[in-house]
Amino acid sequence: MFEYLHLMKSEAMVLLIIFILLFIKLGKGLPNDTLLSVVQLLLLCTVVVSFGFNDTGRIFNGMFLHNTLVGFQKGILALAVYIISLVCSNWFRQTEHLAEVFVLMLSALLGMFLLISADNLLMFYLSLELSSIPVAALANFDLNRRKSSEAAMKMIMNSALASGIMLFGISLIYGLTGSLDFAQIWGQVKTEPIHMMAFVFFFAAFAFKLSVVPFHLWTADVYEGAPVPVTAFLSAVSKGAVTFAMVNVLAKVFANLSGSWYVLVVGLSVVTMLVGNLFAIRQDNILRFLAFSSIAQVGFILVGVSGQNDQATVATTYFILVYVFSNLAAFGVAAVLLSEAGITRIEQLKGLYTRSPFLAWALSLGLFSLAGVPPAAGFFGKMFLLMAGASKGNYVFIGIATLNMIISLYYYLRVVRLIFTSADKDVASLQVSRPVMFGLGICIAGIIFTGVISWIYDHIQSLV
Amino acid sequence: MNTTNIILIPLLPLLSFILLGLGGKRLFGDKAGWIASLAMLISFVLACGVAMNYFGDHSADAYVGKVVFSFPWLPFGNGLKINMGALVDPITSLMLFVVTFISLMVHIFSLAYMKGEERFHIYYAFLGLFTFSMLGLVISSNLFQIYIFWELVGVSSFLLIGFYYQKNAALAAAKKAFIVTRFADLGFLIGILVLSAEANTLDFQQLMINLSSPEYTSAAGEFMGISVLSWGLALVFIGAAGKSAMFPLHIWLPDAMEGPTPVSALIHAATMVVAGVFLVARLYPLYSIAEVGVQSLISSIGAFTAIFAALIACTQTDIKRVLAYSTVSQIGFMMFSLGIMSEDHLGYTASMFHLFTHAIFKALLFLAAGVIIHYVHSNEMQDMGGLAKKMPVTHIVFLLACLAIAGIPPFAGFFSKEEILLNAWNNNRPIFFIALLTSGLTAFYMFRLYFSIFWNKPHHEQGHGKKEGSWFELIPLMILGVGTVLAGFVPFGEYVSADGKPHHAPIDLQFSLGPVGIALLGILLAAWMYFKASSKPEKTAAGFGVFYKAAKHKFYIDEIWLGFTKGVLFNLIGRPAAWFDRNVIDTLVKGAGSATQSAAEGIKGMQSGKVQQYGLYFLFGIIIIVSVFLFTQGGR
Repeated sequence: MFEYLHLMKSEAMVLLIIFILLFIKLGKGLPNDTLLSVVQLLLLCTVVVSFGFNDTGRIFNGMFLHNTLVGFQKGILALAVYIISLVCSNWFRQTEHLAEVFVLMLSALLGMFLLISADNLLMFYLSLELSSIPVAALANFDLNRRKSSEAAMKMIMNSALASGIMLFGISLIYGLTGSLDFAQIWGQVKTEPIHMMAFVFFFAAFAFKLSVVPFHLWTADVYEGAPVPVTAFLSAVSKGAVTFAMVNVLAKVFANLSGSWYVLVVGLSVVTMLVGNLFAIRQDNILRFLAFSSIAQVGFILVGVSGQNDQATVATTYFILVYVFSNLAAFGVAAVLLSEAGITRIEQLKGLYTRSPFLAWALSLGLFSLAGVPPAAGFFGKMFLLMAGASKGNYVFIGIATLNMIISLYYYLRVVRLIFTSADKDVASLQVSRPVMFGLGICIAGIIFTGVISWIYDHIQSLV
Repeated sequence: MNTTNIILIPLLPLLSFILLGLGGKRLFGDKAGWIASLAMLISFVLACGVAMNYFGDHSADAYVGKVVFSFPWLPFGNGLKINMGALVDPITSLMLFVVTFISLMVHIFSLAYMKGEERFHIYYAFLGLFTFSMLGLVISSNLFQIYIFWELVGVSSFLLIGFYYQKNAALAAAKKAFIVTRFADLGFLIGILVLSAEANTLDFQQLMINLSSPEYTSAAGEFMGISVLSWGLALVFIGAAGKSAMFPLHIWLPDAMEGPTPVSALIHAATMVVAGVFLVARLYPLYSIAEVGVQSLISSIGAFTAIFAALIACTQTDIKRVLAYSTVSQIGFMMFSLGIMSEDHLGYTASMFHLFTHAIFKALLFLAAGVIIHYVHSNEMQDMGGLAKKMPVTHIVFLLACLAIAGIPPFAGFFSKEEILLNAWNNNRPIFFIALLTSGLTAFYMFRLYFSIFWNKPHHEQGHGKKEGSWFELIPLMILGVGTVLAGFVPFGEYVSADGKPHHAPIDLQFSLGPVGIALLGILLAAWMYFKASSKPEKTAAGFGVFYKAAKHKFYIDEIWLGFTKGVLFNLIGRPAAWFDRNVIDTLVKGAGSATQSAAEGIKGMQSGKVQQYGLYFLFGIIIIVSVFLFTQGGR
């Protein structure tokens, strides 16, 4: 029993919070402010619990695998949710259904925890569903906005399609190998057309969750329509979890096909970076802009994934950590701007510096980090991804990736420039509440220090 | 002792950045400038100490590079480790002195110049950040470290150029500078990856050893008939060319003049723009064994930039822009000098010498320009004139600096330029003649500037009785003026040379006749045209016709770049992508979508048929991937 609790401590913690929330809801309920503080505190505990005391072990007949790396990855995801609960606290405080929102969000988080621990296809599929269906419900939570329900609808439809295709792939694999266990499938996957087809179906679901081009179309609409915390959750937590799971599965299950999926990953990476970047240039809505920028970032993650070795695992884990900080800094500011000033379009960022220097700097730092400008952590993240990718010796691919870094710099800087341009007319200054400031502070500290302190990278390397 | 000093030199400006950045106005108020200047002063003293210590040590017969400290920073798989360290060698010592000295002068100068600025403390915080990055760059002991600081320099200069963020032009210039140099850094980054993969190390000293070893050279790979080493070095040179504003990447520098003038003195005259030259000098041993093509690439781009920028400088009317183009031209001198390799490596010494002297007199010119601009409240030459009496100190130092840059003995520029020209004469005659012509042009445009500012027409009375500038401004000018006179007499070859052994550069008086003669000719021409207000300049300009117009418009390089980015990036890639998306794919989907239309009735209430389209894309994607995949990979 103790072993179960010890290995599933993050999951247990999240479950505990869910139950606490349900009990509060069933009872008298609490005012939003208090409830939010309680949740934030509990989430902080989850972060601590996830990062610490990690051990290696398998439970549930080997279906659930926990080790130090997985523990660290869960820590990153929990941290991301904690930061979201802080930076989006304006939205949370205003919503009527705070408890439900968190129950759904944490259920999805639970699904993601199980997903990256899964060592069996059945477990994998179930947890993937658990991690995506609640998010679709969450997308609907701006109840009086039509776009919000549209986003939810789009999400659930597309998600169902992706799941179906993945299930098809899984059934093919099961039929071919007669097993659902990762370890047993591993030896039996061959470079034969039917195996490859199964792999492509399987991979397509990943590609959908990660919004890899051409499976990205839902992204911009859903990001724009869904409430900002949900968008932030989708872009940081969900992407992170799926990336972890994908790296894991590609190495564990489809290692025999590595020569083939390398081609696939490289091809999709190039297309994804290019499309993400070129479309990001055209956007004028902040959330759509961030959506396409995150698509481009995913393309970059694939550069690291193409490395196919331990270095790739380290680089992607490190990059996700950095990406959580940078992306949530951007989303956090976008959330404040939306709730406090109703700002949705990029042009309205004009004069942000005069309205709130803190928000201006937080957003600029986040964008700098996303663009990969040293010494922001984003640069180191991309550097490691590039190095992992370069270990294959495909310099043309690496060249294209670096070229994309420059293109992305162009549009990120365009936004930064607007932030510091003075506004045409006088505008009221913006107040930033304490939790938001604290959350953005964590992001800023993360952006500045994750890269410079080499200990973090060392640590991840020691976990693999 | 030395180690602590080396670490402290960059750390003090960083500390000042952190203190002022965090403490802000509340804690320090107007004292911000003093704190920063004090930190800079200590840094400068320490840098002098390090340099004297290093050059004073004659125990060996040559100055060799010493890694003073080094610790593993990012251990990386496959044995590649990234260290943080400090490498002290002649050029490091030289640069430490130059950077701290100029930065100190700028710090003091700004006390008065930037006074009353609302974000005074932020300005000093940024100055600290910049100085820190620049110092970190020059002490870097490996390629990766230098790249980090290289980018950091870019970021801080972005912040400084865009300091007047209310001005759109300043923000645009900051962005342009950042993107252009970043674009060039793309080459640098790939170059680093190539070099480190070839040598399996990033440390400079090990890099030189590994890449020049016979085992490597015999086994070196080739790409398109050129050795991989040369490719790597050429790519690194692209990065250097971007930072050092070499043609055709020079376009950012003149625009960067939108920043505060002391910033231009620091960044765009003495320190950041010579980082590219420094980088090439740092890797000089590798460039000297690279293929001739790479060397001629450096020398020809340098020489072309020198004359090209000088021609533009002759036509500009904004005094800061004239100085900017003159900087570009002078850096061209340093660059081509490095590119002209010879047995005695005179080019290396000459280039570093010119870097040293140029830093002093160009910083002086910019600071003096700042004083003048504050006095007349304009950047344009036609708003000036007859200032000689009104601004005696500025007048004298400006004249000294002009003489120095024109290469008139015994001022600083004469000695360094003489060596550069001598090296070119000995090893590359065509470049020598280009350089000689550029010297004449340099003298002409500098004195065109000088005469238009201080003589020409009498000054309007509006500025009557106004003070020339406060002592905080004038004293740095005087110090730099003294430097301009004396710097040339430093026995530079004794200390800085490619192999560390003293290098005795002969001054050949007969040889000097040519360059000095042509410089005097330039000055006389400028005096004839600009000493008194007349119509001669217009007539001459008209005489040159189209050519003058082209030079005045900077040979349309900006327009060409703009056309390139707009034309190629937007029209050739962005537009077709958008068009393809809108027309081809939409039509396809719509065509295919009509079949599913009836099935879609159920969810029509959502007002958007897009969901099905997305699903279709999704399926198309999978089908395409599967077919491509099976086609290409299935046969194995």
